Amino acid sequence: MKIVLNGEAREVAATDLAGLLAECGFSGRVATSLNEEFVPAGLRAAQALTNGDRVEVVAPMQGG
Amino acid sequence: MGKTFYGVELPNPLMLGTAQYPSPALLEEAFRASGAGVATVSLRREGAGGTGQTFWQMIADLDVLVLPNTAGCHTVKEAVTTAHMAREVFDTKWIKLELIGHTDSLQPDVFQLVEAARILSEDGFEVFPYTTEDLIVGERLLEAGCEVLMPWGAPIGSGRGLNNTYALRAMRAEFPDVPLVVDAGIGLPSHAAAAMELGFDAVLLNTAVARAGDPVAMAKAMMAAVEAGRMGYDSDPIEARDMAEASTPVIGKAFLS
Repeated sequence: MKIVLNGEAREVAATDLAGLLAECGFSGRVATSLNEEFVPAGLRAAQALTNGDRVEVVAPMQGG
Repeated sequence: MGKTFYGVELPNPLMLGTAQYPSPALLEEAFRASGAGVATVSLRREGAGGTGQTFWQMIADLDVLVLPNTAGCHTVKEAVTTAHMAREVFDTKWIKLELIGHTDSLQPDVFQLVEAARILSEDGFEVFPYTTEDLIVGERLLEAGCEVLMPWGAPIGSGRGLNNTYALRAMRAEFPDVPLVVDAGIGLPSHAAAAMELGFDAVLLNTAVARAGDPVAMAKAMMAAVEAGRMGYDSDPIEARDMAEASTPVIGKAFLS
């Protein structure tokens, strides 16, 4: 399946959001959105992915 | 005794940003040297190797209050979504709400700010709105559920200090019981002290420390400045006057001419 992960086109095997995080090596404190909608951590496993989905994975960063 | 921020009493009046330091080591050293009790942070795309996790560990080790921001957001939807992500990642209801309206000045879009503040407050967030010195906007933000107001001193990163002391003083007078924070625009310790001398409850700054040639020394200077400013305000300072008033007694001066 082709998705866009953090702005980059990717070919992935995962079919849900939790699987995508595992496949791409994300762990720890991250938050996710799917097609610009927040997906809480507890709902990632139930969140199916479809071709062309846009996924954002964010983490703590420096800020002012 | 200072006012509380959503029920939390801060150890001192300095909130310090974590961006733009020459290195993570200098960030940590400067932050510890400052003694600031609140660290502002952000959310950005996670990089390869989990760079965000390394940063988070350092912040967690500082053992301070964390205030995540919505920096860079230009729409209500974007800011609200970012706030939800921040609440999950940082495990806090606090959110520094930034709705940017102007590219060059990074002036807040106060119309969207009020709307986002209402949505987030109703959803249980404790909103720290980055706003202008406009009194009516301040009133609307309080009506929307905010219990703190954070007017700008000057545009973010400009180091200009307090552009409009008249309006900031008016804000203090208008909202005597609301915790007020000057957020952004501070360049020098004297600017931070001036904000506190106006009766503000805290100062939030970042660039002034991070971009100083010696961030560690500047971090200490800023803490000294906010503490001095607060003590000055609490000491009921004298009124300025136009002409001199001799401080040494006139009575008893020897006749020598």
